[in-house]
Amino acid sequence: MTASASSTRVRGETILDVNHVVKHFPITQGVLFQKKVGAVKAVDGVSFQLRRGETLGIVGESGCGKSTLARLLMRLEKPTAGRATLAGQDLFAASGGELRRIRRNMQMVMQDPYTSLNPRMTVGDIIGEPFEIHPEAAPKGSRQRRVQELLDVVGLNPEHINRYPHQFSGGQRQRIGIARALALRPEVIVCDEPVSALDVSIQAQVINLLEELQDELGLSYIFIAHDLSVVRHISDRVAVMYLGRIVEIGTEDEIYDRATHPYTQALLSAAPVPDPDARDHRTIIRLRGDVPSPADPPSGCHFRTRCWKAQEICAIQDPQAVLRAADPHPSACHFAELRPTAT
Amino acid sequence: MSQHAVRPTPASPTPPGGHLLEVRDLHVEFRTGEGLAKVINGVSYHLDPGETLAVLGESGSGKSVTAQAVMGILDTPPAHISSGEIRYQGQDLLGLPEAQRRQIRGRDIAMIFQDALSALNPVFPVGWQIGETLRQRLGMSRADARRRSVELMDLVQIPAASERLGDYPHQFSGGMRQRVMIAMALAMEPKVLIADEPTTALDVTVQAQIMDLLADLRRDLDMAMILITHDLGVVADVADRIAVMYAGRIVEHADVRSLYRAPAHPYTKGLLDSIPRLDQRGGKLSTIRGLPPNLMRIPSGCPFHPRCPYVQQVCVDVVPHDLVLDDGRTSACHFAQEVRDDRVS
Repeated sequence: MTASASSTRVRGETILDVNHVVKHFPITQGVLFQKKVGAVKAVDGVSFQLRRGETLGIVGESGCGKSTLARLLMRLEKPTAGRATLAGQDLFAASGGELRRIRRNMQMVMQDPYTSLNPRMTVGDIIGEPFEIHPEAAPKGSRQRRVQELLDVVGLNPEHINRYPHQFSGGQRQRIGIARALALRPEVIVCDEPVSALDVSIQAQVINLLEELQDELGLSYIFIAHDLSVVRHISDRVAVMYLGRIVEIGTEDEIYDRATHPYTQALLSAAPVPDPDARDHRTIIRLRGDVPSPADPPSGCHFRTRCWKAQEICAIQDPQAVLRAADPHPSACHFAELRPTAT
Repeated sequence: MSQHAVRPTPASPTPPGGHLLEVRDLHVEFRTGEGLAKVINGVSYHLDPGETLAVLGESGSGKSVTAQAVMGILDTPPAHISSGEIRYQGQDLLGLPEAQRRQIRGRDIAMIFQDALSALNPVFPVGWQIGETLRQRLGMSRADARRRSVELMDLVQIPAASERLGDYPHQFSGGMRQRVMIAMALAMEPKVLIADEPTTALDVTVQAQIMDLLADLRRDLDMAMILITHDLGVVADVADRIAVMYAGRIVEHADVRSLYRAPAHPYTKGLLDSIPRLDQRGGKLSTIRGLPPNLMRIPSGCPFHPRCPYVQQVCVDVVPHDLVLDDGRTSACHFAQEVRDDRVS
C-alpha cells in the first residue's frame, strides 16, 4: 500500500545536490614541526542528488566513508574539495548567520542513543535546545507546548518532559533524538545508523516512526546504515560506497535486483537471509581479504584487489559511475554486468 | 495437521544415552544494590556431538549469561547460580571444585567472544597468546608451541601465518582478530565451542567468511557448537536447532526449519514478522508492542503477556509450562498449537 506512495515520492525536485565532495584527513609526523606524510582518503569524490520527500540509503562497510560523508553534509567537518547545495544555497561556503540558517533546514539523528543525549539535561531541555540557538523558530512562551507536541509526534508521553535520558529505554531515547531533529521543522534529516544499536523488536518501531513522519511532514532522508535489509525497506534510492567512493547508485530495485557492480553483488550475496530453506540454493560470493587502508587505496578501481573480475585496465583506469549497458543505472565498473545466477 | 498431541512435560526429557552437554533447570540471579534481578529462570537445553544449537534472544534475555554459567566464568558476585545442573558427559560441572572445572574449561569446552580486541591481550604478540594454552596445558616447549600456533593460524586461514606470529592484536583487522581468537579456542581441540555473537562487530562480507570458517571447522573437527546471537539471518544459515530466549526463559525450542516455517510462540512470531527482508520491498513492518520486562519485576504468569497480541486471562494468572508439540518442538505458551497453526493454514 505504501509501495505506490513511495514511487510517486521519487518524482520530486532536487533539494540536496552534492558534487565531487572530497575529505582527506592528513597523516602527520613530528611533534613540533608537523609535516604531512600522507592522507586518509575518507571521502574521495562523492556526488549524488537527494530529491524532496525521498529517502536515499547509503550502504557500505566500516571505513567506507559513509559517516564522514554525513558529518561533511552537517558541516561538522570541513571538506577538502567539492561543492554541495541545499535548496539552492551553497552549503560549504556559508558561515556565521547564513550557516545557522542553512543548518535549520538539515538535522541529524545519531547512531548511539546512549551517548548522543546529555545525561544531565531533561528531555524537555534536550528537545528544546534547538530553540535556544534558533529563537525565531518558536517564541519563548510557546516552547514548552511545542516540545510536548514533538514528544507526542514521536510516540512518547508528553508528561515525561521533565524526565532524564536514563529513565528511558534505548528505543525511547532514539525517539527523543528524532524529536530533537524535528524541532526546527527541517526538510532534510541525515540518519547515521539510527537503528543499529536497537534490538530487533524495537528497530521495527523506530523504522515505522521514521516512515510515518516522512509521509506526514514530507521529509527527505539520507539514511546511512550497514544493514542491507533495513536500507532496502526504507529507501527509494540506494548508493553503495566502497573506500570513499560511490560504486553504484540506483533505485531500490536497480540495486537489490539488478546490481551490476561486483562489490554490490558480493555485499548482497553475503547478507544472511532469515530463511533456512534458502541455505542450499543461495550462492555467496566470497570476497578475498579485507578492505584496504583508505590511507593507501589501490590505483584505478579501489575494489580491484578483492575483485574476481579484475583485469589490467582496472589498475590503470579509474572506472566512472556512469550508465552501463547491462542495466541503465550508474555503476563504477569496467565490467559491469548482471549477476548470471540472480533470480 | 489439525490434531496435535500436546502434553505438558515436567522437565526436559533425557534420552538413555545422555547428551554431550546438558543444562537442566538453571536459575541465575544477580544480587545488586537495587534488588534481586532474576536473569535466568529455569533454562534447560542439551547439545549432542557435532550439532549446532543457536540460542537467540535480545539484550537482557539471558543468552550470554547462560553460556557464561556453562563456561564457569560468571562474575560472582553479583551473579549467583541459585539452582540447576550443568552436565558435561554426564558429570555435573557445578559440583566440581574449581581446579577440575578448569581442566574442562578450555580443553573440552571453549568459548569465543564478540569483541576480539578486548578479548585478546594488547601487550603480547598473538603467537605468544595462542601458544600460551599449549605451554600451560600440554607443557609444550616454546619451539613446539610456536610450530603448533602457526598450524592453528593456518587452520583459521590467516594468510602468511608464520610472519604474523609476532604481530600484536591491534595490527590485525577485525576479521583477522576474530580468527586469532578462534585459533586460541581451538588449541586444545575442544568438543564444544560456544560462540557468543562471533560476528556482530563485523561487516557482512567478513561475517560471511567467519561463519563459513566456523561451519568448516565444526565439520572437520567434529565439534558441537552453541551459537549465541540476536541475528535471525545468521541463525537461519547455520543452526540445526534454535532455542529462543525471553526474560531468562527458553520460550521456544525447535529445529530451525520448522521454527521459521511456523513459529509456535507469539514472541518468535513477532520477531520474525518485525525484521525487514532483503528480498522484499517496503510496506509497514509489524512490531512487537511495548518493551522487554525489567528483570527485577518480571510480569506475572507468562512474562511475555503484556506485549502479546493473543493475551488471555490465563496468561496473566498462570505461568505456561513447556508444551511439547507433536513434532518434538517445545513452546512455553498456553496457546502454542493455535499460534503455530495460525501460520500453517
